[in-house]
Amino acid sequence: MNKKTVITILVLLLICVGIAVYPLMINEDSDFGGADGAAEEAILEIDPDYEPWASSPIELPGGETESLLFCLQAAIGAIIIGFGFGYLVARKRYNRQAAE
Amino acid sequence: MAFTRNERRLLTASAVLALCFCLAAPAGAMHIMEGYLPVGHCVFWGAVCLPFLAWGLISIKRIVAQHRKAVLLLAMMGAYAFVLSALKIPSAFGMSSSHPTGTGLGAVMFGAPVMAVLGIIVLLFQAVLLAHGGLTTLGANTFSMAIAGPFLSWGLYALLKKCRVNQTVSVGLACALGDLFTYVITSLQLGFSHPSAVGGVGASIAEFMGIFAVTQIPLAAIEGILSAVVFMLLQSFAKPELREIGMLQEVR
Repeated sequence: MNKKTVITILVLLLICVGIAVYPLMINEDSDFGGADGAAEEAILEIDPDYEPWASSPIELPGGETESLLFCLQAAIGAIIIGFGFGYLVARKRYNRQAAE
Repeated sequence: MAFTRNERRLLTASAVLALCFCLAAPAGAMHIMEGYLPVGHCVFWGAVCLPFLAWGLISIKRIVAQHRKAVLLLAMMGAYAFVLSALKIPSAFGMSSSHPTGTGLGAVMFGAPVMAVLGIIVLLFQAVLLAHGGLTTLGANTFSMAIAGPFLSWGLYALLKKCRVNQTVSVGLACALGDLFTYVITSLQLGFSHPSAVGGVGASIAEFMGIFAVTQIPLAAIEGILSAVVFMLLQSFAKPELREIGMLQEVR
């Protein structure tokens, strides 16, 4: 990987962070609820008599447990991606050494 | 691609089953919430997904058998969808949060059918353990996030490749628009199932587009950029695997 690629990647990642942080700065009193919650409200507005006919098989006790599980999901994924890149990067390095 | 006899049987069976369900139940999100789609719609979308899931299973079997080298990449693509769909990111449009899908990159590299299977795994995890999305709406959510989005990404990438657009740019664009398309489909699904009393289906679709699709625009941009970054990293570290699946273009 040459220097130009590294810089491009860093700049791109910074842009991502910017896109995610910008809304937090321009609007401090919004709590950024989920879009699915907003859709629930919209459905009840369009169709006030609609009764959700099923509910989730489990009721999470609260936001803390939910964030635990979301973290777990991200962590499992990150482990696999990290393992993959670790393997690929090391292979490239040792192949080069072996060639020398 | 040519299918073997058993594979053809599996595909036909799933298609017939799907047709039966569709005929039996003529249908009158972030993910769509549990219980928020009428029964008929749930069955319909579930049925539509079946042939794609069968196709996906066949593709995965093929990749494991013929491109053993690339299995690590396939696992990484599944993990990528897992991570991205866990990240709820605030959006400047609509002042609410949603999450990217992460299914575009895998679709571009391994073909869209594969993502139907990987995507439904993510959705099952979220529906069963996280009370996010739902089991009754699993079919509809699978169709939008694991089928419609990936197929758009796959097709768009093929088109951009034909037009000789830079490969990394193509990957990014395809992933971003696939992500956005997922939420356009979600809006359509909700619009059809909850027609507005005043404006009918059209007004409802517009309403849900405003909630889902508009919120998603900045997130789609993030997904496109991230996917391009991951692809750039793969280009420098996973050349043999990319060559294996025919994704290695010009080597500078």
